[in-house]
Parts: sequence; structure tokens; C-alpha cells
Amino acid sequence: MKNVAAVFQKELRSYFNSPIAYIVIILFVGFANWLFFRSFFMSGRASMRMYFTMLPWLFMVFAPLITMRLWAEEKKLNTLELLMTMPLRDWEAVLGKFFSSLFLLTAMLLLSLPLTFCVSSLGNVDWGPIIGGYLGAFLMGAAYVSIGLFVSCLTQNQIVAAIISFFVCFGLWIVGEAIVVFMAPASLAGILEFIGLGSHFDSIGRGVIDSRDIIYYLTVIGFFLFLNVKGVESRKWA
Amino acid sequence: MIEVKGVTKTFGETVAVDNLSFEVKKGEVLGFLGPNGAGKTTMMRMITCYMPATDGTVTVAGHDTLTDSFQVRERIGYLPESAPLYLDMDAADYLSFVAQIRGIASSDRRERMKKVIDICGLTQVMGKDIGTLSKGFRQRVGLAQALIHNPDILILDEPTTGLDPAQIIEIRELIKRIGKEKTVILCSHILPEVSATCDRILIINEGKKVASGTPDELAAATEGNLTVHARIHGAEAEIREKIEAMDNVVGCRVAESSGDGPSTFVLKAKPEGDIGQDVFKMVVDNNFSLSELRIERISLEDVFLQLTTKERDTE
Repeated sequence: MKNVAAVFQKELRSYFNSPIAYIVIILFVGFANWLFFRSFFMSGRASMRMYFTMLPWLFMVFAPLITMRLWAEEKKLNTLELLMTMPLRDWEAVLGKFFSSLFLLTAMLLLSLPLTFCVSSLGNVDWGPIIGGYLGAFLMGAAYVSIGLFVSCLTQNQIVAAIISFFVCFGLWIVGEAIVVFMAPASLAGILEFIGLGSHFDSIGRGVIDSRDIIYYLTVIGFFLFLNVKGVESRKWA
Repeated sequence: MIEVKGVTKTFGETVAVDNLSFEVKKGEVLGFLGPNGAGKTTMMRMITCYMPATDGTVTVAGHDTLTDSFQVRERIGYLPESAPLYLDMDAADYLSFVAQIRGIASSDRRERMKKVIDICGLTQVMGKDIGTLSKGFRQRVGLAQALIHNPDILILDEPTTGLDPAQIIEIRELIKRIGKEKTVILCSHILPEVSATCDRILIINEGKKVASGTPDELAAATEGNLTVHARIHGAEAEIREKIEAMDNVVGCRVAESSGDGPSTFVLKAKPEGDIGQDVFKMVVDNNFSLSELRIERISLEDVFLQLTTKERDTE
């Protein structure tokens, strides 16, 4: 666990020592607020629903931007060789990196709290969906981050990592969307709906916190972190 | 300290290391020499547990690199080729990160860091981003990270590439100093570096061992004649005749002739006997006069070239 903490700290330092973290955070907050407020006043309702429906799409773009460098840069600079010859287990490195990017994503999510308080001061809000929305967005973001982290370990090109992560997240989101499920053969429909990232987010977002949804996200995260460990190990397979 | 037994590493069809066996004793500085692409880096990666061997075993201080990888990694300080470092990290933060991963207790961390910063002469770059440092300083940061846990074994892969002559001398001095108390493997394709710093040299080519021994042993073991340049005043044809009549001389040619003036002869002589003295005697006995006599002994460069090119010819 000490090693996980060391990697976590190192990655956070790198984030904030370079402009990436600041740029991503500022862009994200700017976009999120703009998109929210342009429809908020038209709807005339003190609700955060709009915010949480667009969040998965924003995260889909921003999570890969956070994770793209984590392994790709290590590979490009060859620092992976140094890291992996230190007394550090592969999974410790993976977890350290995962938590650092999750930390950044969570910070981005929490920066919307002023927005929430602003909305709640304007009218009576239903706190259930808001708490559910935050929890859902957190889990969703964690899933995106685990996907992005895994993809980053497959290439040494950060741009390629970001684009592919985006498509994987996008794909995993849309397979559960009504339109895809509707067009798929009936035997697959149930599976697709279950696999899709979106349907679980929607039910948590309604304020219904079901253990199945939480287990679903934890499984997705665990699965991609496992693939990540295998991907880091793949240097040994030659 | 390090034992490599029958190690083979293949990447698909390519054989990078081919049934290689060698041993490094405690306290020894081994020069691991070979042309580019000979399999040096691959071998180092197997010793440092970065990748497993396809066949054979590597043991470090009695621990197998596959089954006991943690024990091995803890004992090794490694500086990979061209010192890969996190460019967006502060040098001090980086060293403290390595110290953390190396399991140095936080109470000792400051002291250990101070020590390696002193050894590697890094005081002035602490607090600067590694990306802004010169190649020489990066190399030294790399060395500092390899030394921070005071390892018994130090593996340095081409530590002087890209440095200027002054920096090269500095790093070599550093390696020599470190080599007094640690077991070191120094990978290089630069011969003076290896002959200046190493107790023993191992030459590999295309993944196979072609020679090993002290620098002197290697030079002695390589068959080859001495080349003698002699500038002698006198009748050219007569001198040549006398030279060819000498015992140890295998061949002679005139490199530069100038009528009545001195001519330069290049002769090949067997390494036995003292060819310098023989030439001098011949000149005195025949009343010629000698204005220059230069003997080229076989250098490590020649040994290296001979061994690595001969190997290629037989294939």
C-alpha cells in the first residue's frame, strides 16, 4: 500500500507540475457551467438533472485527457523500465495511477458543488437525485478512468490513447442505449442493456441506489484494472 | 554475486541473447562490451527482472530473478540506457519518490538523499524540473536514483552516451570510486571507457560470448602481429633487404621513399622478442641512421574489432 501511495503522489505531482491538470480542470468547469446554465434558465426549474445528463458525455471527453499520459508517457520516455525494475508490483503501479487520475476527476466533479448550492438557493430541490447523481457520476468517471488507463498502456502515443479511450467509453455507453438495444436481436437485448454504462447511470441518477448498479461499476473498473495489470505485464511475454 | 547460466532470449524469430553464461564476483567491475545490437541491453533487462529469459537462469546474490524478483530488485541499482527520467518532475521530488519506492524509512530519507546528491554533484539542480537539465545532469540524476538505496550491485547501461568529454571523465571517475565498494556491470560499446574503469571485460556479439578476461589478457590472447613504423636514412633497397632478413619480421613495405633522404618502412613483426631493439641493432650494424621508430601494440580496439568481425565471418 505504501508503494501505491508513492505512485499516487508522484502522479499527482506530475499533473500539477505541468499545465495539464489546470487546463483540463478549467476547460471542464467552463464547459460544464456554460452548458448547464444555457438551458437551466429556460427550463425554469431548480433541478440539477440537466447537469447530470450531460456529465457522462463531458467525462467521456475529459477522462481520456486525464489518463492518456499515464502509461503512454512512461513507454515513450522509457521510464517504464526503471519503474518496473524497482521493488514495486505491477498492480501497485496500476492502482497508484488509477487513484491519481480518479482524484483529479473527483476534484473536477466536486468543483460543481457551488453550482449545486446556487441551484438549491433558487428553489426547492430534491436532494435524492442530486446525491445519486454525484455517486453515479463518480462511479461512471471511475469506470472511464479505468478504461482510459488501460488503453494508455497499449500505446506510447498519448493522442492515440486519448482517441481510442474515447471510442471505447463511447461504445460501452451506447450499447446500452435504447436505440441500440431496440435494433439488436432480442436474445442480446437484455445483455446489451446490462453491459451499457448508461442504463446504470440513469437509475442511480434517479436517486435509486441499487447495489446491482454499484456492483456493475465496480466490476467494470476491476475488469479494466485487471487488463491493465496484464498489459503492463505483457512486456514479459515476448 | 551475479550468475548467468545458459540464458537465451528470443523475440519472435530474432535471437537477442544466445546461450550466454557468465559470472560477476562480489566487488568486481565488469565491462560488458559489444557492438550496438549485440544483446547487451536485453541481458541487463533480464538481470534487473524487467523481462524473463526464454531459457536459462539468472541468479543475483543467490536469488532467482524469476521466483525471487523482489529480493533481486532490492539489491540492484539500475541506470538504463540514456537515463530515462520523468521530465516534468522536479529532481528533488523524483529522488524522494525513488527513495519512497525503495522503501527507505522517511527518517533516513533526507540523509540518503543528501548523500547521493553529494556523490553525484547535484546540489545546484535540486528544485529544477528534470526536463530543463542538461544531458550530463540528467545522467547524474539517473545515477543518483540508482545509488539512493545503497545497493550492492550497480548496473549501468551506456552511462556516458551523449556527454561531452569533460562530463565523460567525471562520470568515469565516479564509477571508479563507486566500483571500489560495489559490484558493477558497465555496458558499453566505447572501449576506452571499459578499459579505464573495469577489472574484467566480457565481449559479446550477436548474443554470444566471444571473449572474456582482463584487458591485458584479451590483448595477449588475440593473435596478431605488431606494426612497426621505422624511418631510416640509407639506400632503400639495401635497408629493405636487411629488414626482410630479420628473424621476427613477417613483411615489410616502403610507405614513403625519398631518393637519398630517409624512407619510412612499415614492417609487420611477430609479437615474440623485442622488435624495437632488433631494428635498432640492424640499423647500427649496417651503419644506417634511424630518425623515427614507432611500434603499434595491438589495442583493445583491435581486439574488439577482430573478435566481433571474425564472429560474423564464420556465420
